[in-house]
Amino acid sequence: MTRVGVVTFPGSLDDADALRAVRLAGAEPVRLWHADRNLRQVDAVVLPGGFSYGDYLRAGAIARFAPVMAPLVAAARGGMPVLGICNGFQVLCEAHLLPGALTRNSHLHFRCRPQGLEVANNRTAWTNRYAVGDQVVIPVKNIDGRYTADVATLDALEAEGRVVARYVGGNPNGSLRDIAAITNEAGNVVGMMPHPEHAVEELTGASTDGLGVFTSVRNHLASVGARA
Amino acid sequence: MARVVVDVMLKPEILDPQGEAVVNALPRLGASGVESVRIGKRIEIEFAGDADLGAAREIADKLLANPVIENFTVRVEESAEQPA
Repeated sequence: MTRVGVVTFPGSLDDADALRAVRLAGAEPVRLWHADRNLRQVDAVVLPGGFSYGDYLRAGAIARFAPVMAPLVAAARGGMPVLGICNGFQVLCEAHLLPGALTRNSHLHFRCRPQGLEVANNRTAWTNRYAVGDQVVIPVKNIDGRYTADVATLDALEAEGRVVARYVGGNPNGSLRDIAAITNEAGNVVGMMPHPEHAVEELTGASTDGLGVFTSVRNHLASVGARA
Repeated sequence: MARVVVDVMLKPEILDPQGEAVVNALPRLGASGVESVRIGKRIEIEFAGDADLGAAREIADKLLANPVIENFTVRVEESAEQPA
């Protein structure tokens, strides 16, 4: 069975929801701890939302140096699917696995609400179960969610199709070019500000639109396995 | 002990909504003529021996500042204590 690890840092909040989303998607959830020095034979890793290390200094700045990040960065560079959600996205930017940075919301308010998104890239390990142009509803829950990069980086992301999702129906944080999610060149590392793990069941979510993120990685790993 | 001061500022082109919020509050104090406020961080590093500016620069570049969005300066702070 596909093993998907979820890292718990001190101050992570959404690790339990991410583990649950992995299970609902039919994969085996594996708890990883920030002090782990190996990845326990997982096939993919999720860095969950929250406030790792209290967001001290900058969101994600200290988590980047956690022991688990050394094998994680190496595995990500080798093609392992890695998803950073919210604080996890901030960690991936701080670790230089993704370009740019997440800065304070332009209006200075914490935003917690269902959010419309449009899928812009369905060739990543984490979005292949969607179609380009799909409009989905997935909650946002952040204060440091404004995606920022220099113009050259933004132009390159757009030219290379590396914007994975954009906000529609209102930009919740002032993100440049309405960017909600991006990927690396290989498409295995994705960072997204909205929380797909909070949109996997009718009972508790605004939608079930987030489940596709977790079934996508299963699908991706199955197709990689079939080719191998 | 030797103290090194690291000042971290958002790059000029990066939006600083906290600075803007401060500017917008200033008229309530009666302060006028302020065009802009930018907010940064001051970090003080104490070395056990002599100040090591090279080490301080590396600490600033790798951890204290994010070069994607921030600039930093590093300087040795002369002791404020009076000589004995």
